[in-house]
Amino acid sequence: MKMKFVTFRGGIHPPEAKEATEHLKTEKAVEPTIVVIPMQQHIGAPCEPIVQAGEIVKVGQKIGEAQGFVSAPVHSSVSGIVKAVTDVPVATGNEALAVIIESDGKNEIDPSIKPKGDIEKLQPKEIVDAIKEAGIVGMGGATFPTHVKLSPPPEKNIDTIILNGAECEPYLTTDHRLMLEKPEEIVYGLKAMMKAVGVKKAYIGIENNKPDAIEVMLKAIEKEDEIKVVALQTKYPQGGEKQLIYAVTNKEVPSGGLPMEVGVIVSNVATAAQIALTIKTGMPLIERVATVTGKAIKNPKNILFKIGTPVNKLIEECGGYATTPGKLILGGPMMGNAQHTDEIPAVKGTSGILVFDQEQAKQPNPRNCIRCARCVEICPANLQPLYISENSLANRMEQAENYRALDCIECGSCSYVCPARRPLLPSIRVAKNQIIAKKREQKNNK
Amino acid sequence: MDDKLIVSSSPHILDDDTTQRIMLDVAIALLPATIAAIFYFKGSAATLILLAVLTAVATEALVQKIMGRPVTINDFSAVVTGLLLGLNIPGSAAWWMPVVGSFVAIAIVKQIFGGVGHNFMNPALAGRIFLTLSWTDRMTAWITPGVDAVSTATPLAALKEAGASVPANVPSLMDTIIGNTGGSLGETSAILLILGGIYLVWRGVISAKVPGIYIGTVAVLTLLYSGFDIQYMLYHVFSGGLMIGAIYMATDYASSPVTPKGRMYFAFGCGLLTTLIRLFGAYPEGVAFSILLMNVASPLIDRYTSPRVFGEVK
Ligand code: SF4
Ligand code: SF4
Repeated sequence: MKMKFVTFRGGIHPPEAKEATEHLKTEKAVEPTIVVIPMQQHIGAPCEPIVQAGEIVKVGQKIGEAQGFVSAPVHSSVSGIVKAVTDVPVATGNEALAVIIESDGKNEIDPSIKPKGDIEKLQPKEIVDAIKEAGIVGMGGATFPTHVKLSPPPEKNIDTIILNGAECEPYLTTDHRLMLEKPEEIVYGLKAMMKAVGVKKAYIGIENNKPDAIEVMLKAIEKEDEIKVVALQTKYPQGGEKQLIYAVTNKEVPSGGLPMEVGVIVSNVATAAQIALTIKTGMPLIERVATVTGKAIKNPKNILFKIGTPVNKLIEECGGYATTPGKLILGGPMMGNAQHTDEIPAVKGTSGILVFDQEQAKQPNPRNCIRCARCVEICPANLQPLYISENSLANRMEQAENYRALDCIECGSCSYVCPARRPLLPSIRVAKNQIIAKKREQKNNK
Repeated sequence: MDDKLIVSSSPHILDDDTTQRIMLDVAIALLPATIAAIFYFKGSAATLILLAVLTAVATEALVQKIMGRPVTINDFSAVVTGLLLGLNIPGSAAWWMPVVGSFVAIAIVKQIFGGVGHNFMNPALAGRIFLTLSWTDRMTAWITPGVDAVSTATPLAALKEAGASVPANVPSLMDTIIGNTGGSLGETSAILLILGGIYLVWRGVISAKVPGIYIGTVAVLTLLYSGFDIQYMLYHVFSGGLMIGAIYMATDYASSPVTPKGRMYFAFGCGLLTTLIRLFGAYPEGVAFSILLMNVASPLIDRYTSPRVFGEVK
């Protein structure tokens, strides 16, 4: 197979650390006895619960109603009885409203769950509505409601959809496995998206460290003239939206703009597979796959779990902790979030549960910046992280803005390479938040 | 277990390279040239280099203690400065010269400005220039390598006197390349300095572009000046402080630009100035002054070479 490997400027090569799970078939998790389903598992307004304690619910039954357009409903992942609707600790480190359901183990399916019909016959609007009702969000971890992405303003001329199968985060292997195990579903979901927005051109981008996935996907699109598989160089953050678009189409999303400004919509392979499932069976997003891995996990796995399953239950299923855990991360090691506790539910955006041992969790000692310029060399946004960070730490937010802090995509590559262990990204984040807050204030005062 | 989980913001993994590792790499890269210096200039070289390194480290610790800063001598940056300074003085230097030089480099150039990374000039170079300006005779009293060292002119001084051609009284080109000539302790053995440079490029500590452009500029300009006399060009390239300067000093992080483009302009500027000083200036050698001048220009170069931000429409 001869292919050109495309990519973007900058980027890093962290150890991939995927060996533990990349060859393991996705396993179904044991039925949870209790699920804790938060009302906000997406970017946008939290849902309003529409069930009460004591109510009987079925699999796929809607239990939280979306509020507004940028929101996504949530559904029960089990059949059983609602124990409580209450605040619980969630992945953000805060408490948030959730519906707690005790499973009856029967998995009775809600009568509303019916196949949506063939995509050939469905109208674009029907497809978008089905996606919206199914509570589908970006499953790569961004959790932006998919129906919003698929409803661009009419003046934007969208001509391309790119499916992200790069999986550039170290450790994570769910997309890899999905491409190997369910390639037809991914293609089917992609075709549904293409129909929904009326585009005739689509790409599936896959990093070349997954040659088997590239091969399988090439096979799956053999008969599809409008879909191409693109082999990407293995480099972080290859799956970053703007980096992926650049690698595939050679177009730069304008600074501060959205992909649709260059006529592109980016989605994730897992999202596409979920769309296929929803159209074929009517089942909303109630399950997903996460890679449970890391030095402190006894038997790392790719595990298909019901939304709301407690993280500690999933860890138990992977043999529990191999050693005293030092850090628990939801998502990948580059962009994931460290958690205080494992007593939180795994949700729609949980692509990985990564547990470090105590040695790996040690915090480094930041030293003086030695101006080695590594951060400048690798920043995929072409920024000069050392100066943004320096200004941010000195509380010179205007200077930080001049160094274009707002263009930072928060990939963390700069912090990763810094030999002086400077807290680059954290300080850049502070600058971004302050600059945005100030902009908002100015707007409100006008 | 819960309270033991560490919560910090992403990213959660870091590259293996640390400041310490980088500085250690530079020291390792300088090792062959150091050994050669001791081989050529014998015991005096060993004493001088050792004194330079020890003074640098002791000064760093002392100043940091006095200023109430954390003592960071374990990052090896003082070792590198001391080593570079030691290699930058002639074999005939008195024992107190490396001591004074290292002290000035660390206490004044490096620590007063806030420590590693904040010095706008290369400390070792500044130390060398300080010594040259204060004790010009002693700093330019070049001797021939070997036990019975006699005073000698460096190849560059001979070249300078002769104008745009290679005079008869210079050491052979081969001796110049392997370092068997007069000069500062470490600047003479071009081949070993290049060896260390290759190691640094391989380790990712420096980019080959900076020394490449620097040396390339000198090569092209001297070639033009001499009317395409290749031998003349080779003498310029392989003698004097060009190798140690281009590979180890112009690549100094703190005192050079951080933008990729800026580093190239910087290297070109160093090459241009070095050639101009060597050919038309009052001194036979211009590497140290050129790099220092470009150090001063670095912030300006950085300002005008900011990379175009991804997606930015200019
Ligand atoms: S990578 Fe770290 S040490 Fe190097 S220039 Fe950037 S902030 Fe400074
Ligand atoms: S500055 Fe932002 S975009 Fe650039 S490397 Fe750092 S985190 Fe990534």
